[in-house]
Amino acid sequence: MTKRLTPWIITIGFLLAWQLVCTAFKVADFILPTPTEIVSALVAYAHPIATNALQTLFTTLVGFGLAVLFGLLLGLAIGSSRFVYDGVYPMMIGFNSIPKVALMPIVVVWFGIGTIPAVIIAFLLAFFPIMVNVAAGLTTIEPELKDVMRVLGARPWQILVKIGIPRSMPYFFASLKVAIGLAFVGSVISETVASNAGIGYLMMVAGGRFDMPLVFAGLVVVAVMGVVMYEIFAWLERHVTFWATRAHDQAS
Amino acid sequence: MQSGNDAGSDARASGAAPFIVVENASLTYGGASPTLALENASLEIGRGEFVAVVGPSGCGKSSLLKLISGLHLPLSGRVTVAGERVTGPLKICGMAFQHANLLPWRTTLANVLLPLEIVEPYASQFRRKRAEFEAEAEKLLAAVGLAGFEGRYPWQLSGGMQQRSSLCRALIHAPQQLLLDEPFAALDPFTREELWDVVQDLWLSRRPTVVLVTHDLREAVYLADTVYVISARPGRVVSRTTIPFPRPRRLDVTYEQDFIEITHALRAQIALDRGT
Repeated sequence: MTKRLTPWIITIGFLLAWQLVCTAFKVADFILPTPTEIVSALVAYAHPIATNALQTLFTTLVGFGLAVLFGLLLGLAIGSSRFVYDGVYPMMIGFNSIPKVALMPIVVVWFGIGTIPAVIIAFLLAFFPIMVNVAAGLTTIEPELKDVMRVLGARPWQILVKIGIPRSMPYFFASLKVAIGLAFVGSVISETVASNAGIGYLMMVAGGRFDMPLVFAGLVVVAVMGVVMYEIFAWLERHVTFWATRAHDQAS
Repeated sequence: MQSGNDAGSDARASGAAPFIVVENASLTYGGASPTLALENASLEIGRGEFVAVVGPSGCGKSSLLKLISGLHLPLSGRVTVAGERVTGPLKICGMAFQHANLLPWRTTLANVLLPLEIVEPYASQFRRKRAEFEAEAEKLLAAVGLAGFEGRYPWQLSGGMQQRSSLCRALIHAPQQLLLDEPFAALDPFTREELWDVVQDLWLSRRPTVVLVTHDLREAVYLADTVYVISARPGRVVSRTTIPFPRPRRLDVTYEQDFIEITHALRAQIALDRGT
């Protein structure tokens, strides 16, 4: 019970401290609004916040879905073939090292502003951890486990299907929790730079009017969406790959 | 040889060709500066015979199993199983290792069924005959004392139970040869002795050709018809000892004078080899 309460106590304590500091030092609301001011902004602008949040959620999920699809496929290819690994991995690391914001001008030239750039940036950020984790799950299979299959005369694809894919699932689900957060980062960045909808866009407009409570309200909404999605994937992980966490408890 | 139950003597008495023949086989490990693991190893194993291979650690005992299973091919010499030269992994082979290597995402029953999903003719019948196969797996699990544990996951079982499941998985597809690579080394002595009897019973009822690699001389003498001693690296076959005790053997035999003498003689051979 205390385990469930602690995060709430810490969050509420943080908000209280924030509120107290702002009140005690009379911080102007266009510098740092208090939590209560942010809540009243949330209520006052509930409708625009909701529509823009839905837009952000939509672009994030589409980008994330594409990242899952391609990350899984490429991760399997890289993890199961030494040849593909050696050939593709250096280039992938190169791509991943590019700050994704730096790609915005290119994406805008190619696709204009709006939904598509946001989807693409969300995809680019979320893709890499998924691919790397799936590949790691495959490359770290115990040789003895492969021998069990090989003495039966199993073909490489059978080893992949019966051992490789199930074994990489805990890595895959762990990466989803990281990737969904990155997908939100990607779509919000894109919306701030090149969009006319979404939470990022809303925050840019509000910032331009020095409406800091609304900017912070936007941040809160993104954070809440991030936490909710994270929890959904954590739940999925616990139920689909329950054997991985339990197995570690029993390992010694 | 005191007993007509001795499978090795049966095979030779009937004049049948040996089931496994290793002729002057050598094997190296490692790419750039290879170590010679086995050197001109030769042995013959009859069909249905229970053979144990002992020797100092790192003497290439496991390499010998890899040769017989077809996981590795000899650098020189030749390995023949069931009259055919080994050129790749054999499908008539069941294998159990020091670690049970069960798949943690599968229940015990599903783990035991794994070979049937791979090996023909079972694999193509798997969907159709699943119920039949499951009944067979349950029977095998019951035979090793795991009735009622079919639905448990491996990590819910003790080390001994995992090793029992691993033996079932090695035997479910009725392989003609069973290769055991120190399967009891990680278990406590009591569990180990229990599993000796499990293996002996399984062997007596199904009669696969068994090659057991072990460090434990008592284990080798208790279980095997024939014990081979392999020298320190590079491994060569130093001696072949026929074990005369009748089947089924019970643990009391391990405290008899004959048994102790054979064990001592084997130990002396290994010590001698290490000394030179």
